[in-house]
Amino acid sequence: MSMPFYVSPEQLMADKAEYARKGIARGKSIVTMEYADGILLMAENPSASLSKLGEIYDRIAFAGVGKFSEFDQLRKVGVRYADVKGYAYSRDDVRGRALANAYSQAIGDVFTNQMKPLEVEIVVAEVGDPRFEGHEENSLYRVQFDGSIGDHQGYCVIGGSAENLEAHLRAHYAEDQPLGEAVRLGRNTLERGTNGDPVPPKNLEVAILDRSRSGRKFRRLSADELAGILEG
Amino acid sequence: MPFRGQYQGSSFSELLELDHSHIRVDFADLAQKAHDAIVEAPHGTTVLALRLEAGVLVAGDRLATAGYQVASREVEKVFAADEHSLIAIAGAAGPAIEMARLLGIELEHYEKIEGEALELDGKANKLSQMIRQNLPAAMQGLAVVPLFAGYDTRRKQGRLWKFDITGGRYEEAEFDASGSGGLFAKESLKKSYTPGLERADGLRAALEALRAAADEDRATGGVDLERGIYPIVKVCTAEGIEDVPESEIADVHRAIVESSRRG
Repeated sequence: MSMPFYVSPEQLMADKAEYARKGIARGKSIVTMEYADGILLMAENPSASLSKLGEIYDRIAFAGVGKFSEFDQLRKVGVRYADVKGYAYSRDDVRGRALANAYSQAIGDVFTNQMKPLEVEIVVAEVGDPRFEGHEENSLYRVQFDGSIGDHQGYCVIGGSAENLEAHLRAHYAEDQPLGEAVRLGRNTLERGTNGDPVPPKNLEVAILDRSRSGRKFRRLSADELAGILEG
Repeated sequence: MPFRGQYQGSSFSELLELDHSHIRVDFADLAQKAHDAIVEAPHGTTVLALRLEAGVLVAGDRLATAGYQVASREVEKVFAADEHSLIAIAGAAGPAIEMARLLGIELEHYEKIEGEALELDGKANKLSQMIRQNLPAAMQGLAVVPLFAGYDTRRKQGRLWKFDITGGRYEEAEFDASGSGGLFAKESLKKSYTPGLERADGLRAALEALRAAADEDRATGGVDLERGIYPIVKVCTAEGIEDVPESEIADVHRAIVESSRRG
C-alpha cells in the first residue's frame, strides 16, 4: 500500500506562490499612472489583437499580465459583473473598489482551493471627477496572484520587473502631468524592463480613462496618435 | 464566489436570462397576471426616421397616453443605442423603454467582451430578436414596434429599419414612421421627402410630419407652446450622434406655422 506524501501547508503555499511568480515574470510589464485629465494605461504588447488592457465600465479599466487566457477570462467576468450591476442599480453604482474586492476574492479563492494558482496580476483603475460628489478621487487597485490587494497613489506597475520599473517612476513621476509627458514617461519606464532597448510604438498598447469624455471614459490611443505624442 | 454564473458568451440579454433571471422583467408573464391593468398602461405614439445625405434623422413626439388619458407630456422616445445608432420606440411605453435600454447595454456589452462593435446590420438583427422575444407580451397588449436607424461606418451611409411585432425586419431606403400617428407622418413625408436631403430640410420634413400626425391623431402630441415642450430630434452621422437643440426646433416650427398661415 502506498502512503500519500505529506506536504506541510507552508510548503504547499510557498510552492504555489513560486509557480505563479515564475509564470508572471515571463511576461512583459504594464504601467498605469494618473495624469492631469485621468489615468493612463500602457502595456508592452507586440500583438495588436490580444489585448492586455480593457474597458470594464464607464469609469473603470482593466489591465492584466501573466497568462493571457486567465487574465482575459477575469476581464470578461469583470465586464459581466459591472454590466449586471449597472443594469440592476444605476451606472454610478458600479465602483472600482467593489470590483477589485471581487477580483481579490475570486483570485484568492483559486489560490487556496485549486491545485494550480492563477498566473496573473491585475490592475483595476477608476477615474474620478472632482465635480462629481463621492467620486472625486482616482483609484488604482492592484490584485496579485494570491488575491492580495493594495491601492496605489499616482502610479502602479505590474508584471515581471515591476519593482525595477516602479523605482524609475518613483524618481520621475510628477502629479498632474499632461498626457504627452505621461506617455513619454510610461515608455521610458517600460524600456527599463527591456534593459534599455527601445520599445517601438507599434509594440505599445495604450489606453486612457479620459475624465473629459462624457459617459464611457475609456479610449484606446491609435498608432498614429501615439506616434504623434511620442515624437512631440 | 463573487463572480457567480455559468454564462460564457457575449450577449447581455442571454447573460441575464441564464444567470440573473431574478432581475429580468418578464412582460408576457406580467401581462398574463394583470391583463386588465395592462390595457391602461401608457403607450407611446409617433416616431419617424428618415435618411439624410450625411446619415439619418430620427424624431418623436413627447406624449404618452393611457387609454383616453395623458400619461406623460414629456416622455422621450428616441434613444442613442450607441455612438452610431438610434432606436425610436412606439407602443407600450414600459416594455419599449426597457427594450431600448437593454439594446444599449447589449451593444456596449458585446463591444467590451469581444473587443469590437457589432456591424449596423448585426445591431438591427439583435433588436429584431428582442422584439420577437416580446411576442407573447405583444399578444397580451404590450406590443413594441420600434424604428432603428444609424450610420453604417463600413458602407459610409445612413440606414434605417422598421419592424413588425413578430420581429420581422425591413430595411427602408428613404423614411418610415411608427406608432398610432405613424400613418399620417408617413403621408406627410411622402410629399416632402427627396433623396439626399440636407440636415435643415430633413429637420423641416420631420417636424412637418410630426405636426401632421399630431393634427390627425389624438394620441400624438404636437408642439406644446404653453409648456415649452418640443419633439425630440436626433441626427446620426459619421461624427456620431447630435441632439438637435430645442431652439433650432422651435425656429423651424415657427417657420412651418408661418408658411401654413400664408398658404
